[in-house]
Amino acid sequence: MPTPKVKFNETAAKGEILEIKTMIDHDMESGQRKDKDGKLIPRKIVNKFICTLNGKELFHAEMHGAVSANPATNFFITATESGTMEFKWFDDDGSVYAISRQLTVN
Amino acid sequence: MKTSLIALAALFVALAGSAAQADPPFDPKDPKMAPYISGDKRSGYTFAEPETRAMQDDEFLNPASLWVEKGEALWTKPDGKANRSCSSCHGKAEDNMKGVGSVYPKYDIHAGTVINLEQRINMCREKHMAATPWKYESEPLLAMTTFVKMQSRGMPVQVQIDGPAVSYFENGRRFYYERRGMNDLACKHCHEDNWGNHVRTELLSQGMTNGFPTYRLKWQKLGSLHRRLAGCNEEIRAEPYPLGSREYVDLELYLAWRAQGLQVETPSVRK
Amino acid sequence: MSQDVNSDLSRRGVLLGMGAGAAALALMPSVAHATREEANDAFAKLTGGAKPQAGKVTLKLPEIAENGNTVPFTVVVDNPMTEANYVKAIHVMAEGNPAPGVVSYFLQPTGKAEVYGRMRLAKTQDVRAVAVLSDGSAWEGKKEVKVTIGGCGG
Repeated sequence: MPTPKVKFNETAAKGEILEIKTMIDHDMESGQRKDKDGKLIPRKIVNKFICTLNGKELFHAEMHGAVSANPATNFFITATESGTMEFKWFDDDGSVYAISRQLTVN
Repeated sequence: MKTSLIALAALFVALAGSAAQADPPFDPKDPKMAPYISGDKRSGYTFAEPETRAMQDDEFLNPASLWVEKGEALWTKPDGKANRSCSSCHGKAEDNMKGVGSVYPKYDIHAGTVINLEQRINMCREKHMAATPWKYESEPLLAMTTFVKMQSRGMPVQVQIDGPAVSYFENGRRFYYERRGMNDLACKHCHEDNWGNHVRTELLSQGMTNGFPTYRLKWQKLGSLHRRLAGCNEEIRAEPYPLGSREYVDLELYLAWRAQGLQVETPSVRK
Repeated sequence: MSQDVNSDLSRRGVLLGMGAGAAALALMPSVAHATREEANDAFAKLTGGAKPQAGKVTLKLPEIAENGNTVPFTVVVDNPMTEANYVKAIHVMAEGNPAPGVVSYFLQPTGKAEVYGRMRLAKTQDVRAVAVLSDGSAWEGKKEVKVTIGGCGG
């Protein structure tokens, strides 16, 4: 079961620009590789990542087979309001891996 | 004899002056490099591209940290018929595992032989937790080995090679200098005689083991030293030994002695 | 739990192997590569037809990727991130890969227009990034990356 990891400055000053660092362990099987018998290994990747604050989208990514295993996605937001940051990764097999963090803006 | 000499000469090519590939920057006087050097010993870090070094340096860029967290969770998770966790006996890893990973492989009185850290962890599981040992290279064993070893980060590798360890050490040394495989190469041909030179596009390092388990860009995964050794053996067209085998544990001891004085870097990031 | 891990490992053992074949597998050898035209077409779809102009977009990538399986990259767009004028999307493409699309990022008027990720590159090639701004214009940056092939296995 993949376990996501998220890091950012959880207590921030209003207007501060925060770097959000995220990672998740996932093989990101590209769908391009063949097994020993020459059969194509079916694609199984995390195809989408989304970050929301209080339910409002801040950032999302749509990934393809060329994203390396254990994908890292780092981006920036401006600290404007306190609330719940939610991070979700969507697997080809329908699984959703989620993690949330509180952001406090002073 | 003659053909193997020609083959060797063709294999090791110093690409000096070739515009195709510049080696990663390395200045032994750069203070930032100091933690990765001991005398004339150089960690694999000093042979890595700056982007790879950056990935190792930052916990939140280093993908191995995903396994470290799994190891940390397993540390306090009771398992086996004894319903004990690692922490039941050892308390906080941060306090009590410091300096443990840096002295393995080591002669163990109960085992009656030299064992590595992976085997020590599995011994604990069997003897004290009444739990099944983890498979070599399995996620939990890699995670736990990495979590324990990284408690020694920054401490010098320091293994015992005398007393009961002598014969194991000598076996490891013999392995290092013994030619093997269709390419008829020993470890020393690449990592003692030719480090800093290239095999085709590959820049050869000194083969230091202080950063294992390591996250390899190629594997896109954390992996053990033994997996790397098996890969080395396959590359020179030799039959690899099983992971956790006597041969590889002895070699691991000898390699740890070669890396003696370099700091534990676990979990490192390598190409 | 350890059951699952072990069965997964044996599967991976077969797929990844530890052998000479593993290197070939990982580098996706015999697959056709995308062409520049295919990459252009893919970009056109993503940008809604806007023709990308050169500029604003900087791709930070290693000169030499030590291994094509994990190549770290950063895209920086020289543009504000205000409600009135911001970067809506950043599309990253590797035109020498079997399929050119790598990842698309969709941004809001917040923070700054900079993202970090890691990609697979099948061979030495141009990596391209196109930024689509809130006014509909598209800007492109590219960088050649040399990918080391034929290195040591394991």
